[in-house]
Amino acid sequence: MVKDYSILIGGAAGQGSRMAGLIIAKLFNQLGYRIYIYEDYQSLIRGGHNFSQIRASEKEFQSRKKEIDFLLALDKNTLNLHKKNLSKNGILIFNGDKIESKEGIGVPIEKITREAGGKPIMANTALISGFSKIVGIDWKILEEVLRKEIKHEIDLNLKIGKKAYETSQNFSKITRVQPVSNFLLLTGNEATALGLAKAGLKFYFAYPMTPATSIMNFLAKMEDLNVKVIQPENEISVINMALGASFAGAKSAVGTSGGGFALMTEGLSLAGQSETPILIIESQRGGPSTGMPTYNLQGDLLFVLSAGHGDIPRFVIAPGDAAECLYYSGLGLNLAWKYQTPVILLIDKDVSENTFCVNEKILDLIQSEKPLLWAKSGDYKRYKITEDGVSPLAFPGEKDAIVKADSYEHDEFGITIESEEVEKMQEKRLRKYETMKKAVEKLPAVKVYGNQNSNIALVAWGITKGAAKEIAENLGIKLIQPIIIEPFPQKQMREVLKGVEKLFSIELNTTGQMAKVLNSQGIKVDGKILKYNGRPFFVKEIEDKLKKLL
Amino acid sequence: MNQKNLDTYCQNTWCPGCTNFGILEALKRTVSELIERGIKRENFVFTCGIGCHGKNVDYLNLNSFYGLHGRCLCTAQGIKLAGPNLKVIAFVGDGDIYNEGISHLIHAAKRNSDITVLVHDNRNFALTVSQFTATSPKGFKGSSTPQGSIEEPFNPLELILVSGATFIARGYALKIDHLKDLIVKAIEHKGFSFLEILQPCITFFDNRKFYEERIYEIKSPLSKEEAEIKIREWDYLNGEKSKIPIGVFYKVEKPTFEELVLKG
Repeated sequence: MVKDYSILIGGAAGQGSRMAGLIIAKLFNQLGYRIYIYEDYQSLIRGGHNFSQIRASEKEFQSRKKEIDFLLALDKNTLNLHKKNLSKNGILIFNGDKIESKEGIGVPIEKITREAGGKPIMANTALISGFSKIVGIDWKILEEVLRKEIKHEIDLNLKIGKKAYETSQNFSKITRVQPVSNFLLLTGNEATALGLAKAGLKFYFAYPMTPATSIMNFLAKMEDLNVKVIQPENEISVINMALGASFAGAKSAVGTSGGGFALMTEGLSLAGQSETPILIIESQRGGPSTGMPTYNLQGDLLFVLSAGHGDIPRFVIAPGDAAECLYYSGLGLNLAWKYQTPVILLIDKDVSENTFCVNEKILDLIQSEKPLLWAKSGDYKRYKITEDGVSPLAFPGEKDAIVKADSYEHDEFGITIESEEVEKMQEKRLRKYETMKKAVEKLPAVKVYGNQNSNIALVAWGITKGAAKEIAENLGIKLIQPIIIEPFPQKQMREVLKGVEKLFSIELNTTGQMAKVLNSQGIKVDGKILKYNGRPFFVKEIEDKLKKLL
Repeated sequence: MNQKNLDTYCQNTWCPGCTNFGILEALKRTVSELIERGIKRENFVFTCGIGCHGKNVDYLNLNSFYGLHGRCLCTAQGIKLAGPNLKVIAFVGDGDIYNEGISHLIHAAKRNSDITVLVHDNRNFALTVSQFTATSPKGFKGSSTPQGSIEEPFNPLELILVSGATFIARGYALKIDHLKDLIVKAIEHKGFSFLEILQPCITFFDNRKFYEERIYEIKSPLSKEEAEIKIREWDYLNGEKSKIPIGVFYKVEKPTFEELVLKG
């Protein structure tokens, strides 16, 4: 049997369940387990119901289990809402000072904290410590993790922890498993930030918008990464500032969600026309409009593919977990500079904010690549007509070069024109798009999981990959994950579809946007499995719907 | 293109006699003077929005980013962040920056970004064949307001003062030497410099006579209190008897946005 635990910790906003969940995940990680944490919270500051659901397993899983092995309740709400999912041998541990329950184990976490002279938030330390004793995690390991994770008043926290540990009883024994080395626990947003920094990002411009905000918060906190974080007055300013910085030679990126991206589309069009490199992170949340800020829908795929007025050559890349965010954010920034065009990294709320195990060796694959630069001879032409459509870059301040970027249609020097000569520049950008298309076929644009030889295949992208991969492995069928979606990797897709007779698209939206994209490429999708309540798929949900379709 | 020449081969498409020619001439004299004083030609960068003012960058043989309507101050700030040694100058229009891009103007002033803003205020959207802007007088008869605009204008200098600009001046497009001196001062100022240029639109709003009867040069420097009084002397309405002061109204030294971001 694969050791595979599901732990849910919940409470009201402000009680600290997210941090406590992260520490519990790190305890399991210390024992060798691979980790996936699903975060569920509401758009409020205090109160309500937040929870983190951890999957700790010998194997790599990136979906949450419906069944809960250990339920940790900081408040009554958590108990009431999740008790029904407690597995047969599951253990319920609750805040004994707040909750009365005949079942489960109450730990007087508030009393312990108060008596030790701690602050209310430190009750989390008591709960984690009580839990550790109950499930048989050594105090030594617990102490090591607490020392690493808690930055303030560690001695007081340890005193509280020790008391809770000593006064709790042991009921179970979590054993060590073969450890995974070189793994980091990262959210998709953190991984994205790290990938961009490794690829040479100098400026990150953003206006706060869930679920992209933690990218800017992380970059601002991690001063060693040397990325300057700028928070302008709105998303329109965000993208135009970033384009100015890119024009002057500094690698720049912006991040937002669907609504903010809507405001940026005018600037996206400018990036396309002026051939200014930019990486744009679009982390989807429930839409349309304000939608569900802290819940997930994959409803912006068609939007990012067609956003902006006019024909704009662009890359659209949709990583499905933090490891892919790390790799593809770095790749994306380099592509933006290589082809001097916008690159959209399309993620979603769960990819952004959930925590994954990431092999840190991925960082070694990312370099800060040098773009095609002017050879410093002859007249500099910003939009020199070339065969592959890419014109060498120079930046203001370069001696003997006059660098003119233009939002109007223009000639090679960047002077506005409206004559019929404009065709030449349109065709240059069209050739650039053809060059990008060829480049995509040489990149890891499509991934395959499960049984490669199955004639039944699933298509899933973004967070949906996690649960779809598990079901593909369980049922012995194939999973296809398109990652680079624009330019569309026709050859790679044709290759992986060989032998496939039935194809099903699994998506978190109401219409099946990826299915539409595939249809537009002449690929027939036989059925759609859709979910749109804001929460990602459980494996079982896909399985049930798939069985009906087959 | 010849590196020495400040003109490009681009055909000029302003109306014959357009007062933008005055601003362009003052600007070229400014650049020549500053190059003589040691600023490298390659370190000048211009941005602009969309409107008659924007054509300047096509006519100038210097680095430029022809941006979006209302957004070029954002682009200018991005350029300055990435190239702190560059002299970043933004041409903007009244519709461009007092209407479409007003939030960017206020915030650029608030953060004291070290850029120079030259507003070509012809007090109407001219390139779209005349509609009222934020500085058109009440009653302005444009193509969208044939009975006269019902909105009162605002005084952009008053707005920019409370927004935190550290250099505030007003010039007149047809007083070229005076205007050149103002542009030099604006570029030399460390911090956000704002130069409002009254630029009569000879086709749609020819108020040359109105301006020339009222304009007078002020003596600088002024205290903030004196600047407030001078700025309020004319409120952009028409027909009244008040005079119109031009010159440098306000100048103060403060750390710039870029210095604070890039330190350390």
